[in-house]
Amino acid sequence: MRLAGMRLAGTVLGRVGLVLGLPAVLVTIWWIVSADSEHFLFRSLRDILVAFRETWLGPRLVEDVLPSLSRLAQGYAASLVLGIGAGVLIGSSRTLRAVVEPVLELLRAIPPPALIPLIGLFAGIGDTRRVVIIIAGCVWPILLNTVEGVRAVDEVLADTCRSYRVRGLGRLRHLVLRSASPQIMTGARQALAIGIILMVISELQRTDRGIGFAVEQFQTSFRYPEMWSGVLLLGVLGVALSLLFRLADRQILGWYHGLRATQKESR
Amino acid sequence: MRLRSLWLGLAGLAGFGLLLELVPRIGVVSDRYLPPTSRVLSALSDQIEAGALWRPVGDTLLTWAIGLALAVVAGVVLGVVIGSVPFLRAATASTIEFLRPIPSVAWIPAAIVLYGPVRAGTLLIVVYAAFWQMLVQVLHGVVDVDPVARDTARSYRLGRWARARWLVWPTTLPYAVTGLRLAATVALILTVTGELFIGTPGLGAEILLAAASGAVALTYALVLVTGLVGVAANLLFRVVERRALAWHPSVRQEVPA
Repeated sequence: MRLAGMRLAGTVLGRVGLVLGLPAVLVTIWWIVSADSEHFLFRSLRDILVAFRETWLGPRLVEDVLPSLSRLAQGYAASLVLGIGAGVLIGSSRTLRAVVEPVLELLRAIPPPALIPLIGLFAGIGDTRRVVIIIAGCVWPILLNTVEGVRAVDEVLADTCRSYRVRGLGRLRHLVLRSASPQIMTGARQALAIGIILMVISELQRTDRGIGFAVEQFQTSFRYPEMWSGVLLLGVLGVALSLLFRLADRQILGWYHGLRATQKESR
Repeated sequence: MRLRSLWLGLAGLAGFGLLLELVPRIGVVSDRYLPPTSRVLSALSDQIEAGALWRPVGDTLLTWAIGLALAVVAGVVLGVVIGSVPFLRAATASTIEFLRPIPSVAWIPAAIVLYGPVRAGTLLIVVYAAFWQMLVQVLHGVVDVDPVARDTARSYRLGRWARARWLVWPTTLPYAVTGLRLAATVALILTVTGELFIGTPGLGAEILLAAASGAVALTYALVLVTGLVGVAANLLFRVVERRALAWHPSVRQEVPA
C-alpha cells in the first residue's frame, strides 16, 4: 500500500490523480445517488447547481454577496488594527498585562454570537451593528496571539536592539512586529474563520440583504435547492478565503517558513 | 511575582466592573442599553435564587459535552487511520482542505429543516466544527514522528501495537491536546450559536428570550454567565493539558528549576 502510494505520487499524473481523485469520486456518487431524488429536502445535485447559477450569478451577486463580503472585510481590517495595536501595548508591559489579563480571558470566553442581542441594543439594526459583531468576535484571537508573540521576543535580539539604540518605530517594526508576526498570523487565521461565521450569523435576523439573510429566506420559504446552493456558496467562499490567506501568509512569513525548513533539516 | 500578578489581575477585574458601573451612572451611555454592574449582578442573583439558572447552564454543558466527545472520537480515529497510511493521506488531503473551511453555520438552515429545535440540530453544527480542529491536529501529530525514534523502534523490532503505544501515541498526544483545546472553544461557540438560532434549550435560548422581553440587565447577566462557562472550560482544558503532557518539554520548561 505504502509503496504503491509512493510510486503513484512520483509521477505528475499520479499527483494530479491524488488531488482530484477522491473529490471526483465523491461528487460523482453525490450526482448519481441524488439524480432521481424526489425527497423534498435532499434534491438532486443537478437542481442545486442550476439553482446556484440562477440564484447567485445574477443580481444577487451585487445585492447580497458583495455587501456581506464588504462587511467582513471592514470588520476583519478593524480587528487587525485594534488587535495588533492593543496587543503590542499589552504585550510590552508586564504590569499592564497582569492587570488586563483576567478581563481579557473573560471577554474572550464569551461566545461572540451571544453578544448579538446586546450589540443590537446599541447599534440599532444597520450595517454598523453587523460590522461590530464581526469585530467583537475577530479581535480576540488576534489580540491574544499578538500579546503572546510580543512577550516572547528573543532576549538577545532585544538586547542587541538596546545596544544599537534602535528605538521607537524602528524597534517596533524591525524587532517587535517582525518577531511576533508568526504568532500574529496564527491569530489572524483563527480570526478569519470566526469572521466568516459571524458574517453569516449577523445577517440571520432583522436584515434585508446578505448571504445569510438570503439563505434563511430560502429555508423559510421552502426553496430547498436555492438553500443548498447557498450552503455551497458559503463553502466555496470559505475555501477561497483560506486560499487567499495562505497566499498572504507565504508573502508575509516567507522568511519564517524558510527558517523553519532549514532548522528542521539541520536537526 | 505570582502573588503580585494575582492582585493586579483582581484589581483589573474590579476596575472593569467599576468602569461599567460608572459609565451608565454618569450618563455617558443610557442605562437602558448598558445597566450598571450592580444591577446586572442583582439580576444574576435573582435568577439564581429563583433556581432558573442551572437548568439552561446544564443544557448548554450537556450539548457541548456530547458534541465535543463525538467530534474528538471521530477526529482521533480517522486522524490516526488516515495519518498512518501515506496513500490515504495523499488521497484525502485535497478533500479535507476543501471541507474544513466550510463555515459550520452554513449548516444551520439545513439543521433547522432536518431536526427542528431539538438538540440534534445543534449537535450537527457543533460536531462539524469541532471535528476538523481535532482531525487536522491529529494528522499533523501522527506524521511528526521523529525519524530517529522510528528507526530505533524498527531496530528493536517493536510490533505494530508497541509502536502505536510507545512511538505514535506520545508524538501525537501534544497535537491531540492542542486540538482538544481548540475544539472545545469552537464547540462552545457553536453550542450557543445553535441555541440562539436553532432554538435548542440552553443559555443561548435564555439570552434571546431575555433580550426579546426587554430584560436588559438579565440579558447582560446571562452573557456574563456564558463567559464564565467559557473561562471554566478554558481552565479545565489547561489543567488537562498539564496533566496529560507533564512529561513533555514544553510543559516541563515552565516549572522553575
